[in-house]
Amino acid sequence: MTLILSSAELDALRLSLEVATRSVAFSLPLAVLAAWILTRARFPGRALFDAFVHLPLVLPPVAVGYVLLLLFGTRGPIGGWLRARFGIQLPFTTAGAALATAVMTFPLMVRAIRLSLENVDRGLEAAARTLGAGALDRFLTVTLPLMLPGILAGAVTAFAAGLGEFGAVITFAANIPGVTRTLPLALYTAMQSPEGEQLALRLAILSFLLGLGGLLGAELLVRRVRRRLGR
Amino acid sequence: MLRVSLVKRRGEFTLSAAFNAPTPGVIALFGRSGSGKTTLVDMLAGLLAPDEGELQLAGTVLTDTRAHIAVAPERRRIGYVFQDARLFPHLTVEGNLRYGEKRAKHAPQYIRFDEVTGLLGLGTLLRRRPHELSGGERQRVALGRALLSQPQLLLLDEPLASIDVARREEVLPYLEALRDWLSVPMVYVSHQFEEVLRLATYIVLLEAGVVLAAGPVEEVSLSPQLRRVVSPDMVGSVLTGIVTAVDGSGAAELALGSGKLQVSLGDAPVGARVRVQLLARDIILATQPIQGLSVRNALLGTVTEISPDEPAAVLVKVDVGGPIVLARITENARAALRLRPGDAVWALVKAVSTRGHAFRLFGTPPRRG
Repeated sequence: MTLILSSAELDALRLSLEVATRSVAFSLPLAVLAAWILTRARFPGRALFDAFVHLPLVLPPVAVGYVLLLLFGTRGPIGGWLRARFGIQLPFTTAGAALATAVMTFPLMVRAIRLSLENVDRGLEAAARTLGAGALDRFLTVTLPLMLPGILAGAVTAFAAGLGEFGAVITFAANIPGVTRTLPLALYTAMQSPEGEQLALRLAILSFLLGLGGLLGAELLVRRVRRRLGR
Repeated sequence: MLRVSLVKRRGEFTLSAAFNAPTPGVIALFGRSGSGKTTLVDMLAGLLAPDEGELQLAGTVLTDTRAHIAVAPERRRIGYVFQDARLFPHLTVEGNLRYGEKRAKHAPQYIRFDEVTGLLGLGTLLRRRPHELSGGERQRVALGRALLSQPQLLLLDEPLASIDVARREEVLPYLEALRDWLSVPMVYVSHQFEEVLRLATYIVLLEAGVVLAAGPVEEVSLSPQLRRVVSPDMVGSVLTGIVTAVDGSGAAELALGSGKLQVSLGDAPVGARVRVQLLARDIILATQPIQGLSVRNALLGTVTEISPDEPAAVLVKVDVGGPIVLARITENARAALRLRPGDAVWALVKAVSTRGHAFRLFGTPPRRG
């Protein structure tokens, strides 16, 4: 068994990294907003919003992919509009795979960020207020930096989970080599073919190493930031 | 002038505070824990909305519930030094100090960055992070940060409470310097009468949400209401005098009313203003001049009032030519001397008993151009 990756394997790895990166970049600001709303805002229907954010955790990924197809498909309400207005097509594209991944990993990210926001000392925000900082100013210069450990943890966990997102991706973006065939999809395809046993094993080991690296990296990063904050 | 008339209800507790205090100066909010001090300061800062009332600082209305005026805290230009410092952990000391400074660009500047670091001794700490500082250092940084926001009023909520008693000297002299050199109006919250005596020019006495007495320190020190908050041993009149002579051994002579008073005070030159508290329990009264005693001070005065005090004791007010001295003597002693208002008496004060109760007040220097 050679340690050098074949071009198909490299494609899958590159695609997985790209999809996970784009999904995190897209969902991070929204996750911060959702966490802020869930922690600080008081409004009727908050429980419903909370449940809605966490829905992808409990739904079958295939169902999420299917709902995305209905909404973002070329004839769906959002997909149709995106296509007519901007010429953007999401199903069966890398961007679509990233969207499906973003939706699936969203709850993970919100949970980590929310936890860190709950730990932010409101007294520090009051202090910033007496020093002349308005609401947005306070959020950007005090609240957000203090949430940083949670934001990093959420982003890295979501990234690591996003590398392996399967059901929603294959349903919404299909299994197109070089476009949407990420690591788990390549692994699945290899398992389906009679001679693919060895390839499947190699891809499984690669996924395992990536996941482990991601989680360890997250832990180290969070520790470093915490030390800077003196905790 | 700080005009306060605020009401706040919290469950069973109601704070209802009204007073007008002169500014500049240090207004002490003095009372036991739970008397409503922090609630009141939070309303001054605007962090807590009163149920009803008005608040005016130097002629500007900051709160008026009837006119629906409530200036936001970030627009009040009122600095706040919290009991727990509340330094931003993600910023260095310099970052903390600059935080308020940056946001006060359009306010009239009366103190610059290097003046603050010099005045508060922060020069060597600038690169440190808050968790690397001692309690006293943290409070000095918090003080500097608040000052650099160029506040028109500085609120200090028990800034020494979280610091060891031995370390309080790391902060107290700096507060005195602010009062005397910068003349920043301050509201100083404390339940330590010693701190109040040392720093305050005006006292607001709070108890169970009500203002028991408010006035200049000298006046409130004679108020019978003070007894409801401080222990009997802390009662004593506060007097201000000018140093007329020093002898180099730590004794200074003050001109006080029509007499002179020897006090124990380290380093006050001739001409300095000194505040001294004469504890009522330390004062001896005599109806005749006394010879052959070690007591250094005998102030001749007139009894103006005798009021019951703790069991079997009375408080005697003696006018010593303007200033009033309070003396606590037993009821038996009063009866034996047949003391009555109008009688002439000598108030005897041991110079040694003033040690730790005499503080130098620095004059206000000319304002910088």
